[in-house]
Amino acid sequence: MSTIRFMEEIRRRHGGETIALCYQCGTCTGSCPVSKTSDRYNPREIIRLALLDNRQEVLYGDAIWLCASCYNCQERCPQGVEIAEIIFTLRNLAIREGKIPKLYEEFANNLVASGRLAPISKFLEKKRAEYGLPPMKPVDIEAVNKIFSATGFLELFSRSKGEKS
Amino acid sequence: MKSYALFLGCTIPARQPNYEISARKSLEKLGIELVDLDNMTCCAPPPLRSIDLKTSLALAAYNICLAEEADLDIVTLCTGCFESLAMTNSLLRDNMKLREEINGILSAVGKEFKGVKEVKHYLQVLVNDVGLTRLKREVLKPLDNLKVAAFSGCHLIRPSKYLKFDDPERPRIYDSLIEVLGAKSIWYRNKLRCCGGLLRGYADDIALAIARDKIVNAVSAGAECIATLCPFCFLTLDLGQMLIKSTYKEEYNLPIIHYAELLSLSLGVDPKELALEIHKIKIDKVLEKIGW
Repeated sequence: MSTIRFMEEIRRRHGGETIALCYQCGTCTGSCPVSKTSDRYNPREIIRLALLDNRQEVLYGDAIWLCASCYNCQERCPQGVEIAEIIFTLRNLAIREGKIPKLYEEFANNLVASGRLAPISKFLEKKRAEYGLPPMKPVDIEAVNKIFSATGFLELFSRSKGEKS
Repeated sequence: MKSYALFLGCTIPARQPNYEISARKSLEKLGIELVDLDNMTCCAPPPLRSIDLKTSLALAAYNICLAEEADLDIVTLCTGCFESLAMTNSLLRDNMKLREEINGILSAVGKEFKGVKEVKHYLQVLVNDVGLTRLKREVLKPLDNLKVAAFSGCHLIRPSKYLKFDDPERPRIYDSLIEVLGAKSIWYRNKLRCCGGLLRGYADDIALAIARDKIVNAVSAGAECIATLCPFCFLTLDLGQMLIKSTYKEEYNLPIIHYAELLSLSLGVDPKELALEIHKIKIDKVLEKIGW
C-alpha cells in the first residue's frame, strides 16, 4: 500500500499533471486506434483505475505498454487531459519498480552503447559513399552518457536489469 | 540561400537511404543548404519517453543546443524526430522551471538550452521557404493525376498544442504539397489514423492489424500509392505488406513512397539515383505512370 494516493504520485511528475481533470467521458477510447483493434487496451479505463488508486493493477499490467503514442486521445480530450503523457508517466513509474519490457531494455542498451535507438550497420555506413551520401557524423557518446548519469537513467536501468517482464 | 542543420535521426540512416537521398536531392535542387553537424544523437522519441521523460527532454534539448551553437534552425525528415525536438523546444521555451531543471542536467556537458532556434519538418521548409508557387514552377515531370493517399503519420500534426503544424482534424498543407506536383490527394477512410508502427516489437499482432486497416482503406479508395513522411510509417506499411501476406494471406501490392521521393521524381531526378531497391513493394507502376 502506498502512503500517498496513486493519483497524487502521478500528478506530481512531469507529464502526469492533468490526470485529475478526467471526467470519464471516453472520448479517448473512442478515438484510439488500438482500442478499436483490441480489447486489451482502453485508455479511459487505465485513467479510472489510476484515479481509484489501483496502483498495482495499472503498473504491473500489460495495458500501459499497448499505447501506440499517436496522441489522438490527447488531441480530442475535452478536459485537456494529456493522456499520452500520462501513459508515459505510468511507464516511467513501472520501470522504476523494475518492470521493464525486454524491448525497452534493448532500446536502453542501444542508447547507452551508441547514442542511437537503432544502431547503423557497418554495411549501410559503407554503402553511403556508393549512394553519394556524406559519411555519418560522430555521436559524442561520452556526453550522452554524462547526461544519462545526471538524470539517473543508468541507475534505473541497472536496477531493473535481470528482471523478467 | 537558407541553411538548416539536418537532423537525420536513427531510422533513416539505419534503414532508408531512399528517404535521405531524395530529401537531400530535392532540397538541393530547391536551393536549401543542409549542414551536417557533429554529435547529434537520438531525438528522444516515445520509446525513450516511456523509460524516462526527464532523460528524453535532456537528450532532445542537447541536440537543440548543438544547432543553437551553430546558429542554425533544425530541419528533420522523420516526423518522430520532428515531434520530439519541436515539442521539447516548445515546452522548454514556455516553462521556465522545467528549462532550469533541464539546463541543470545539461550543465554536466557544458550546454545550455536558450530556445533561440526553430525546429522544422521538411514539409515546413517546402511550404514556407520554397512556397507552393515556386514549387509548381520547378516541376519538370508532373505526377499526371496519380491517385495518392496522403499519410502524414501522427507526429507531424499531434500533439498540435506543441507542434502547431496544421489543423489536427482537417490538415491541408500536406495535401496541397502533393497536388502541386500534379497528383491527386484522394480521400480515404481514417486517413489521419495511426499506422500502429510503435507497437511493432511489443504487440506485433495489434500493430499489423492496424497497418492492414490503413492499406485496405487506401486500396478501397482507389489509391495508386501511399505517400509517407515518416520512416517508421514507411517500414510499417511497406515491409508490413509482406507480413500481411504471410499472416492474412492477402496481397495488396500498394506502393509506399516517401513524399521526398515523389518530389524528387517530379523535379526530374533520375530514379536510378534514388536507391529505390529499398522498397519491398516495387514502385514501377508509379514510375511508368509519371513517364520515367
